[in-house]
Amino acid sequence: MNVAVLRFPGTNCEFDTQYAFEKLGHNTQLVWHEEQTLPSGIDLVVVPGGFSYGDYLRSGSIARFSPVMKAVATYASEGGKVLGICNGFQILTEAGLLPGALKRNSNLHFISKHQTLCVVSTDNAFLNQCKKGEVLSIPIAHADGNYYIDDEGLERLEANNQILLRYTDTQGNPTSINGSVSSIAGVCNESKNVFGLMPHPERALETILGSEDGLRMLKGFEA
Amino acid sequence: MTAIVNVFLKEGVLDPQGKATHHALNSLDFEGIKEVRIGKQIIVTLETQDKEKAEKEVKAMCETLLANTVIEEYTIEIA
Repeated sequence: MNVAVLRFPGTNCEFDTQYAFEKLGHNTQLVWHEEQTLPSGIDLVVVPGGFSYGDYLRSGSIARFSPVMKAVATYASEGGKVLGICNGFQILTEAGLLPGALKRNSNLHFISKHQTLCVVSTDNAFLNQCKKGEVLSIPIAHADGNYYIDDEGLERLEANNQILLRYTDTQGNPTSINGSVSSIAGVCNESKNVFGLMPHPERALETILGSEDGLRMLKGFEA
Repeated sequence: MTAIVNVFLKEGVLDPQGKATHHALNSLDFEGIKEVRIGKQIIVTLETQDKEKAEKEVKAMCETLLANTVIEEYTIEIA
């Protein structure tokens, strides 16, 4: 698989993301935000975490107007697979490629810890290696992870299996860690080729470092 | 001309900063506060002297970048 990893001023998870996909045996390449086009022959675009443009105005709001994002929107509209992690998720919601928005955490804290999540939907190109209801442990590190969507939007997400992950306690019961509507930690678009989540699967690759659940998540794209 | 744009979270969208500030004011013995909302003010200085044109342009800026209309609403004041 050929994976393009985007890089904006302020991105800081691009090398971890490359490491993760290379560990799985894939080719990766960094793509600078000023590029007008994506490299040819790619199978996945990853918008990695970080603090693009210093989170000025709103997290992701300026990055989403970078030249490369136009190419990403075209790629996604043609069915190309896109994954946004943390700041990448914020950028994709700002760009309108994913529904909803991410607000300041309800406790106003930057939350950085291992977090348990439950897998909600597996009928997609991302979480197909996971089991529905399975509890994963993946690090989170964000200040603006409070997912918001209106009631009507939430109904649509539920009806179309677009909710990917929920924050839970270790038993798998949904918990409110940052104020997210319905404890949502990740969603996909209606056609299920654009994915976004606040947790960092690329930071959960080795048991010795706490968890390797992230590997299985990223492996899903191989199918 | 100068446009003063105020951006706030929509009514019904929980404002965590406003809520925390509300609690802080209560703990300082300020009473009778119904609600505190926190937003941001963006001041845009424009070359044009045409008020109508300025309003139209700033509205487009709000819809495109200055506000995220999924969660925020805005007001524009041209001076």
